[in-house]
Amino acid sequence: MNAFWRALSKNRLALGGGAVVLTLAVMAVAAPLVAPHDPHKPDTKRILEAPSSRHWLGTDQVGRDVLSRMLYGARVSLAVGFVSVGIATAIGIALGSAAGYHGGTVDAAVMRLVDLMLVFPRFFLLLAVLAFLTPSIWTIMSVIGLTGWMGVARLVRAEFLALKEREFVIWSQSVGASAVRIIWRHILPNAMAPVLVAMTLGIPAAILTESGLSFLGLGVRPPHATWGNILNDGKEVIELAWWLSVYPGVAILLTVLSYNLLGEGIRDALDPRLRQSVGRFGGRGR
Amino acid sequence: MFAIPLLLGITFISFMVIHLAPGDPVEIISGEGIPIDLKPLQDFYKLYGLDQPLHVQYWNWLKRIVRLDFGQSFAPHGRPVIHMIRERLPVTLALNVIEMLIMVALSVPVGVTSATRQYSTFDKSTTVFVFVGFATPDFWLAVMLQILLGVHLGWLPISGLRLPVWEYLPFWQQQWDFLSHLILPITVATFGGLAGYSRYMRQSMLEVIRQDYVQSARAKGLPESVVIGKHALRNAMLPIVTVLGLSVPGLIGGSVIIETIFALPGMGQLMVQAVFERDYPVIMGNLVIVASLTLFANLVADLSYGLIDPRIRVGRRGRA
Amino acid sequence: MRWRVPRRAVAAVALCAMAATGCSHGADSAMDSVVPSASAAPAYGDTFIDSLLGNISSLIPTITSDNASHEVGSQIYSGLVTFDKDLKPVGDLAESWEFSKDCRDLTFRLRPGVKWHDGQPFTADDVVFTWQTIIDPRVPSPYKSEYGLVESVRADGPDVVRVHYSQPFAKALTNWATAMLPKHLLERYVREGRIREAPQNWSAPVGTGPYRFKELRSGEKVVLVSNPDYWEGRPYISRIVYRIIPSQATTFLELKAKGVDAMLLTALQYQRQTSYPAFRQAYQRFRHPGNAYTYVGFNLKDPRFADRRVRQAFAYAIDKRQVMEGVRLGLAREATGPYKPGTWVYTDKVKTYPYDMDKARRLLAEAGWTRNSDGLLVKDGRPFSFEVLTNQGNDERKKIAEIVQAQLRELGVTVEIRPLEWAALLKEYIKKRKFEAIVLGWGIGIDPDQYVVWHSSQTGPDQLNHISYANPEVDRLLEAGRTSCVQSERVKSYHQLQEVLADDLPLVFLYFADALPVVASRIHGVDPGPNGVRWQSFKWFVPRPLQRYTAG
Repeated sequence: MNAFWRALSKNRLALGGGAVVLTLAVMAVAAPLVAPHDPHKPDTKRILEAPSSRHWLGTDQVGRDVLSRMLYGARVSLAVGFVSVGIATAIGIALGSAAGYHGGTVDAAVMRLVDLMLVFPRFFLLLAVLAFLTPSIWTIMSVIGLTGWMGVARLVRAEFLALKEREFVIWSQSVGASAVRIIWRHILPNAMAPVLVAMTLGIPAAILTESGLSFLGLGVRPPHATWGNILNDGKEVIELAWWLSVYPGVAILLTVLSYNLLGEGIRDALDPRLRQSVGRFGGRGR
Repeated sequence: MFAIPLLLGITFISFMVIHLAPGDPVEIISGEGIPIDLKPLQDFYKLYGLDQPLHVQYWNWLKRIVRLDFGQSFAPHGRPVIHMIRERLPVTLALNVIEMLIMVALSVPVGVTSATRQYSTFDKSTTVFVFVGFATPDFWLAVMLQILLGVHLGWLPISGLRLPVWEYLPFWQQQWDFLSHLILPITVATFGGLAGYSRYMRQSMLEVIRQDYVQSARAKGLPESVVIGKHALRNAMLPIVTVLGLSVPGLIGGSVIIETIFALPGMGQLMVQAVFERDYPVIMGNLVIVASLTLFANLVADLSYGLIDPRIRVGRRGRA
Repeated sequence: MRWRVPRRAVAAVALCAMAATGCSHGADSAMDSVVPSASAAPAYGDTFIDSLLGNISSLIPTITSDNASHEVGSQIYSGLVTFDKDLKPVGDLAESWEFSKDCRDLTFRLRPGVKWHDGQPFTADDVVFTWQTIIDPRVPSPYKSEYGLVESVRADGPDVVRVHYSQPFAKALTNWATAMLPKHLLERYVREGRIREAPQNWSAPVGTGPYRFKELRSGEKVVLVSNPDYWEGRPYISRIVYRIIPSQATTFLELKAKGVDAMLLTALQYQRQTSYPAFRQAYQRFRHPGNAYTYVGFNLKDPRFADRRVRQAFAYAIDKRQVMEGVRLGLAREATGPYKPGTWVYTDKVKTYPYDMDKARRLLAEAGWTRNSDGLLVKDGRPFSFEVLTNQGNDERKKIAEIVQAQLRELGVTVEIRPLEWAALLKEYIKKRKFEAIVLGWGIGIDPDQYVVWHSSQTGPDQLNHISYANPEVDRLLEAGRTSCVQSERVKSYHQLQEVLADDLPLVFLYFADALPVVASRIHGVDPGPNGVRWQSFKWFVPRPLQRYTAG
């Protein structure tokens, strides 16, 4: 663990990313405390005001404070990122460990399912599912999660295949420990490192996906503010109010960038050999 | 031959999507308070046999989609879904093929240069580009470029596939018109992906360069261009073919946003409109076709993998 | 803006959109551009590039209800009648018509020599066929109910059509603005119940309108070319291209880059983004009241709201000017009742409710509501508080609810706002009458008959009198208005109806939002009315020197 911290602390980019990630998280949690205005309260006398000392990031079409909306939006956007990646990771671990531990038919079945899910362009699948559901923030989170677990499953399975042959596992099996216990106590902790990396890289992908859906008008519905739907509102008046498009756009860019830098940093620090196998699961969630 | 079970799987997952709805699709639509015609809804019921047991429903549905019968659109024109898809398919296919070609054409030289000049300014700036490219929301970039290049500078058309009076242009102007309409959408669509591929290319090139046979080729005194171009590149291409195959769903998925913003009459746009109009037969047809296309693209990737490296038997791509 | 109105209202509004170009006209429209030189001479040629937000849903208008399809359909097809500036019916394919004394028989004399786009003559048989098609149970037409009172339609020779109604029906005439369909092409398909399979549905519509269909590329464009045999003369503009651009933001960018010649602006675009000289040079901007009004409605079964004084007090307390300013940037007309200012049926000689808090307080006091020590309004010990429902995703309505909330708070009334998803709002709350107050809108049709909205017999769960309004006087006027075919009698009934509604105030009428079209200034002959600019667009022209696209 010390080696890990030492390696990570030398990676200035990753540290920078980590700092941004942390700051964002704190601001999102503290949004009600730090937001200067009510994010939902319109002020018809202050429609589309440019950034000023009263409204640092200006106001929107309804006269709502953009900074406050961005802060509350960070909450929703990050929540979407965390929850959907949480769901994806849980499914991925469950299926991946089952496949890796049992091998044989289970493995084949799970891997075929993974192949199958990977054949669906994610945005099409998301749209199809959303067309049948009543949209809410929870639906969006679950749907993004349900369509994003394949990477983790593959990763966990690969780790299992490698770890299964190790002495401590063979020993536990020989003394008659149950499969669940072996998976839970011995293999999983060892497989967590790449999963952690995959999660860090999955969050920005989920945030991008949500903002894309919101941009199409199919994401989290108003009155919830998310960066995606602030942008969506802003595109109508982009030349009149650049601040409605530039700030949320930059916020998404910075967040995604920071998560990616942090994720790569963690990966390199954990084990440079992981590069190849984890790399492809990061990035964009389409 | 692994394609057939996967095709079956595609239909199965698509089929499950219908049953995700907690309520009855008909209920959802009629609850909107929009006047609709019940006939296609009844046909939809019949097509999916929503009143029968699940396996019967699935079997009946399967029998029809084997003949590419996805039923009729709920829109008043009630056209067969497959006709609607057929109109839209060429645009989406063409866009995606061009995007892939451009990505390979650009990412290979960029990746190779970065790898051979590791830690140079070029390498460092491409790394920055990679991260920024990954992180830029494509819809945002699209709108920014439309305003800058389309409205303010007036250099490029903002949206559409061609001028509305395209038919009356002379031949060469027609070609230029097509091209100029494609520049923005393709730039936006390739921006994020390009970043990723040049990085993969760099990575796999770095690994190959370090290997013995490359070192020995160097030791033999072969010029660097031959070493890189002939020996190293070919091996480094392998992973990028795989990655390219895997990236097809991402690219096609991206066309949902690109086609909507740039008003391109492709499948992505069709999908979005179908979702807004809750035109379920169109949604289902789109989903099955798009997934089958992706599957096909993966097969092509597998085949070309075999071409580049004859040692690998077709159909046994490293699925580990 | 997402504008959804319940079922029957859609049909009425859509019917209006179909006659498109002629929903209504009057004196108070505004055109505020650099007026192009008036001396320019009409010339043939050029292409008009219009924009559509959505795809066409069919090229047979009889079976569609969306705006895009009706816009295109209105150029290809025509009806027996159309509408003039005051929304009064005037002859189109019918030269003249006559009602019998009891208003139950309507006889049309058709214009001779009108030809379908394929050269076949248009005859009385086509009219009969069109009616048969609409009411055919296998034809999915949303307009069937409009023809429920028609007992028979007969051709009496090639130029005379006799329609018989089972009872006098005011909309009798306006319903014949519907698009006439070619019997010789469609009959077979309709008879076999396969109207969707007819080529006219998608690839080869044939009408009698000013423009002929050229091609349709799904998701890209619809192209029409001028009909040289149009009975009012060949249109000047040779081609109309409708570009399909699904995003309103993109359409606006295209407009600025001159990629489209016309669109409907939002209030923000109108007020803040289109006033610079280059834009004013290139485009003519218009504003006219739209076809829908927004209101605050109350559940009149609730004893608090059953008291007229309470409703009147709220009307005084809600500052309509602030609402229009805040929500529409002033681009709206105050609604004094359910009819649009500027139309023949409208009267402004009704009771109005200018913002006046003192009057509001007095009325509430009269109704027995008193302020307690906390400043809350109470009656029988119970504070006045209620919930306002509106549909989610409609920012305008939410903003209205918020302004209302703030203004009623001054009276000591507590208002909660609850935005709901449209389907749920309609199904769970409106239909079941489980609401206290709502902020919603009503679309209005061409004909002033609003029986289904206000009549006391229309309060059933699937009917449209959601607020459960019952007033014998209103019932009588509605009945008188809809059973007369004599314009002057109808005007009288509807003027009285407006007086009664304004006084009894079943709901607080807020405003008619303005529609804000722009048209490229090279297009001459645009004749704006209170209801739009598309009226008689076949008379538009581009003077030769200004023509932009070569004629084909």
